[in-house]
Amino acid sequence: MTASILTPSAPSGLALLPVSRWRRALRRVLGHRGLLIGGVILGLMVLAALLAPWLTPHDPYAQDVTQRLIPPVWHAKGSWEHVLGTDKLGRDYLARLLFGARVSLVIGAVAALISGLIGTTMGVLAGYFGGRVDALVSYVITTRLAMPVVLVALALASLVGGSLKVVIILLGLLLWDRFAIVTRSATQQLRDAEFIAAAQALGASTSYILLRELLPNLMGALTVVATLEMAHAILLESTLSFLGLGVQPPTPSWGLMVAEGKAYMFFQPWVIVIPGVVLALLVLAINLVGDGLRDVTAPDGRN
Amino acid sequence: MLSYIARRLLVALSVMLTVAVVSFMLLHLSGDLATAIGGAESSAADIEKIRVQYGLDRTIAAQFVDWLAAAVRLDFGRSFYFQNTVMELVGERLPVTLKLGGVALLLAVAIAIPLGVLAAVYRDTWIDRLSLLVSVIGQAMPNFWFALTLILVFAVGLKWLPVAGNTSWQHFVLPAIALGYYAMPSLMRLTRAGMLDVLGADYIRTARAKGLSPARVVFKHALRNAIIPVVALAAVELGFMLGGSVVIESVYSLQGLGQLAWDSISRNDYPVVQAVVLIIAVFYIALTFLADVLNAMLDPRMRTRE
Repeated sequence: MTASILTPSAPSGLALLPVSRWRRALRRVLGHRGLLIGGVILGLMVLAALLAPWLTPHDPYAQDVTQRLIPPVWHAKGSWEHVLGTDKLGRDYLARLLFGARVSLVIGAVAALISGLIGTTMGVLAGYFGGRVDALVSYVITTRLAMPVVLVALALASLVGGSLKVVIILLGLLLWDRFAIVTRSATQQLRDAEFIAAAQALGASTSYILLRELLPNLMGALTVVATLEMAHAILLESTLSFLGLGVQPPTPSWGLMVAEGKAYMFFQPWVIVIPGVVLALLVLAINLVGDGLRDVTAPDGRN
Repeated sequence: MLSYIARRLLVALSVMLTVAVVSFMLLHLSGDLATAIGGAESSAADIEKIRVQYGLDRTIAAQFVDWLAAAVRLDFGRSFYFQNTVMELVGERLPVTLKLGGVALLLAVAIAIPLGVLAAVYRDTWIDRLSLLVSVIGQAMPNFWFALTLILVFAVGLKWLPVAGNTSWQHFVLPAIALGYYAMPSLMRLTRAGMLDVLGADYIRTARAKGLSPARVVFKHALRNAIIPVVALAAVELGFMLGGSVVIESVYSLQGLGQLAWDSISRNDYPVVQAVVLIIAVFYIALTFLADVLNAMLDPRMRTRE
């Protein structure tokens, strides 16, 4: 659950020449192996999700009982017609995988956005005002951490009824804790900085100071937390869908594909292996990007 | 020190109370319980009867006070679905989940600490990279999928272990691996970071200069100091695992607390759901409190600070 503490050694020897800031940033990104690998995988997956209708001739919802559980092309019985085979209802697996990427990415991104708004608001207010506000926010964070997320999400999803929208909102409302913790401590460090004092002396309003002076300085940390929470949300969505209380059939969701394939996994293991590997790959890529961004944006990594 | 513990205890208790309020509210404000118990097809008169019978005709506040007063005495009322009391159901299932969580934590610690120590001692070598890879993969795999894959490989493929159930110790091996792998990466990374910190300290250089064997320096001098936060994190991770075991229990058909919660959720058995959420939260809060106190006791800076 905790963010990674381990950071691979930062790239060195870059930016010896006075190049523009943007080019220097680009070099550092390219010089970080994890960030590069994660970025490429994530980029390809986003592209695959966007281009899904053009990458496959099949409709992810089209059922064909005569074409049930065809194995992927590398099996003796596989065919190029269905490259990754078909599921129990004869739907093309590759098409469902591609359209499932849209579901995972949208849920991850929107849930991270919602929880980011909630968590950042709480964290910034607590860090900036301190005192009672801080005590209250810290208390709410502690309480939130004590609630078992999976169980609470399951209970709420069953009350409201699982759907794509419900999953997004639930995860958005549940995963703000790390945003709040990180922005709180970052704001505490910046609160007494000179540029904040200068803005206060100039008579700037509190909202101006928070939004225009403080927030831009939190963006680096926020981006890192956002990627990690996006990965977290994608994993939780797949878990909820796997347990039957997340995204509902026939929507293609990778967690749901594993659940639907569970009954057939002893004879056709690929029905669970394929969506699981893709899911792990996506989460891995996002985590690599997050860890990489942390290294690249960390002040001590700057040469 | 005592006042620190007293303060932490106060926070822990009030968080418990808040969680109790939240878990009560979540389920009571979200729909008409009497209709849920009676079922959609029951008549208005029947629903009214149920409302009175279950005390649902009183105000929410009155219901909460009654529920809490009973909950403190570990009485969570009767299940809507079974004839048993909630505590009987929980008492039957809790040992399974505790066993699963305990074994999973032991496994995670048994792998995380040696791996973290090795990664720190042999920093930037293949051992370090391998341990990083193992932990990065552990954080990326959905645990229900990892659980299913373990079944495919070790139960179906190699036939070493049973597929599902909870009648013998062999049934706990795969679930414990699946659950423990989830907690392992953060423990490993914390061990590694702590060891790197400690290995750079002056007293380690002194120990080395005295001519002590490298193994003695690493395990006797360094690990002893690096392990404090790891033990504390392990306690917190156990709390997380108890809450997250629902997924693993459902894959392996282990009749634990998580499975009970999931079944109760699907049959609208609210008293059980409430109780399980609260019990797991209380475990988590108690373990976090324990971790705080442990950290404070072992850390001389905390011991003297007031």
